[in-house]
Amino acid sequence: MQNSNGINWKKYFFSFVITAVIFFTAILISNYFSQKKTEDIRNIQDKIAIDILSSETQFALLEESSCNDVGAGTLSTELSELENKLTYTENQRGFDDPEVQILKKYYFLLEIKDYLLMNKISEKCKKTPLSVVYFYSNDKRCTECEKEGFVLTRLRELYPELRVYSFDYDADLSAVKTFIRINNIEDRLPAIIIKSKTYYGFRDIEDLEKAVPELTKLKIATSTPLN
Amino acid sequence: MPDISNLITYFFLFLSLNFEIFILITYFENREKIEKEEKWAMIKPKNYPSVTIIIPCWNEETTVSQTVHSLLNLDYPQNKLKIMIVDDGSKDKTWFVIQKFKNHPQVELHKKENGGKYTALNYGLSKLTSDLVGCLDADSYVHKDALRQIVTYFQDKEIMAVAPSIKLWQPKTFLQLLQKVEYGFGVFTRKMYHYMQAIYITPGPFSIFRREVFQNLGPYRHAHNTEDIEIALRMQKNGYKIAHAHKAIVYTVPPKTVPKLLRQRVRWSYGFIKNATDYRDMIFRKKYGNVGMIILPMACLSLLSVLFVSISFIVNFLYNIFVWLVKVGTVGLNFNLSFNFDWFYLNTELLVLIGIIVTLGSTIMILMSKKMSEGKLDIGMDLVYYLGLYMFIAPIWMGRAVFNAIFSVKTPWR
Repeated sequence: MQNSNGINWKKYFFSFVITAVIFFTAILISNYFSQKKTEDIRNIQDKIAIDILSSETQFALLEESSCNDVGAGTLSTELSELENKLTYTENQRGFDDPEVQILKKYYFLLEIKDYLLMNKISEKCKKTPLSVVYFYSNDKRCTECEKEGFVLTRLRELYPELRVYSFDYDADLSAVKTFIRINNIEDRLPAIIIKSKTYYGFRDIEDLEKAVPELTKLKIATSTPLN
Repeated sequence: MPDISNLITYFFLFLSLNFEIFILITYFENREKIEKEEKWAMIKPKNYPSVTIIIPCWNEETTVSQTVHSLLNLDYPQNKLKIMIVDDGSKDKTWFVIQKFKNHPQVELHKKENGGKYTALNYGLSKLTSDLVGCLDADSYVHKDALRQIVTYFQDKEIMAVAPSIKLWQPKTFLQLLQKVEYGFGVFTRKMYHYMQAIYITPGPFSIFRREVFQNLGPYRHAHNTEDIEIALRMQKNGYKIAHAHKAIVYTVPPKTVPKLLRQRVRWSYGFIKNATDYRDMIFRKKYGNVGMIILPMACLSLLSVLFVSISFIVNFLYNIFVWLVKVGTVGLNFNLSFNFDWFYLNTELLVLIGIIVTLGSTIMILMSKKMSEGKLDIGMDLVYYLGLYMFIAPIWMGRAVFNAIFSVKTPWR
């Protein structure tokens, strides 16, 4: 197979086949992990959905009961983990990825349900809901959204009790559109709702701490020894 | 759906991996031959052909003496070795310094008007009487066995030129250690090209030619200041065989500063691009063997791929630093010391997996080249510097060379 010019066509063929096999294997491995990650996200979503459904049912059953029976512990604790994983997946695959879009829509629905449930519980227990509703956009018109995202992530690290609900303002989901309409959110992003008041433009950690003074108490409570 | 930039990266990665596999197959095919060759090259030849070594000098007052002494110390019969020093119109004391050799029976001194390295070499060729001829730059030194080892290869009548292995002279600094790996890598790849009959550079320092090469193909050409690439391509085009004596060692002094290194590399890359353009009719032509079918096309593509992949990587890297700075500027510097491993955050993208495989292939080749050039398999700081920093530095000279080639900007020798 080797001619006088030193060309060994067999070697050309084998090196091509080996390269193709390696590439194909890498594609399979990458797809396998991608599917596993999507499954992981779906599992978390299903768990949250069950948590919410369970809380709603519990709430309905105990509507006439005291606040002690439906404490804040009934809310799902996995929302922030889900958001972190979704954000990571979105960065990896791009926010245009159809699978990411579907996962995000489901996530927004879960957020709205969790938000409504939390408000109901707060109303029953006559407590101020510790929540921030955040509207962002992935397109270039929102130049401060990335910074606001850093602020809210940090805030959630500082105050794990704070529930942050983030929504893509441009999400093609009727529930999100209705949510935007009933809260009269204008297209001036980033927009944040705290205690029914809407703030437009970038807000740093101090601004948000001022808007939710309860957070400062939480800080003191966690840093003061129990005895 | 991967974007266009990713598709181009996949294309380059596929070709790089294909080439690595091609070279590795060549290595495993010829592993035993290499060992046999090493033993065979140690046997002293029965007949020593006459050899002339031309030393072209231009302002080499500090290094030329050591170069001549290293040639005089060669383990080679004195009556068969002539050293021809050609002062190419030096403006320093080179001519004065070399006068100490004027009465040496093996040394000839010549002086001519400055015209560039290739003119000094051609001046020497015009006075040639020996069977073999080579050149040694005045900043390079030879190991005493180098010529004897090279001459052994000329026992094969078809071999018309033999290239040595080039190593760095006492690399110490970070920049020199970085180049050490590169030169070692060059030893390995050139040996593989030897088995593929596809050597396309006969390095300036101590490549030895049969006299007939220049008699039949003509003298050296200006060749964009890289006459060592041009003569090798001219030989390949005319079906002349070039061998590589991997145990014949020549030492060269590496550039000590980044600007000097960049200038040298821009000249090499520019010279390659221009010579490859001049010999473009060889590309993808079966009659020119592996040089035409894989080595030249891959050498051209590797320039583009290193440029593209490195620039993409650097842009990405800088973007991430920018995002991190924005984050620090927004929420301050926060160290989260708690570490919870979650496999979810392992990057398993195709690009990353293929990148890891290609890097692994390169690392295997570098380790093999270290074994071949240094006789041992070690992972030192030189390897770390090379793998970590080469992709940041190489695009500078490659980019500059491509720019110079496109816009016809002359690339000086020094």
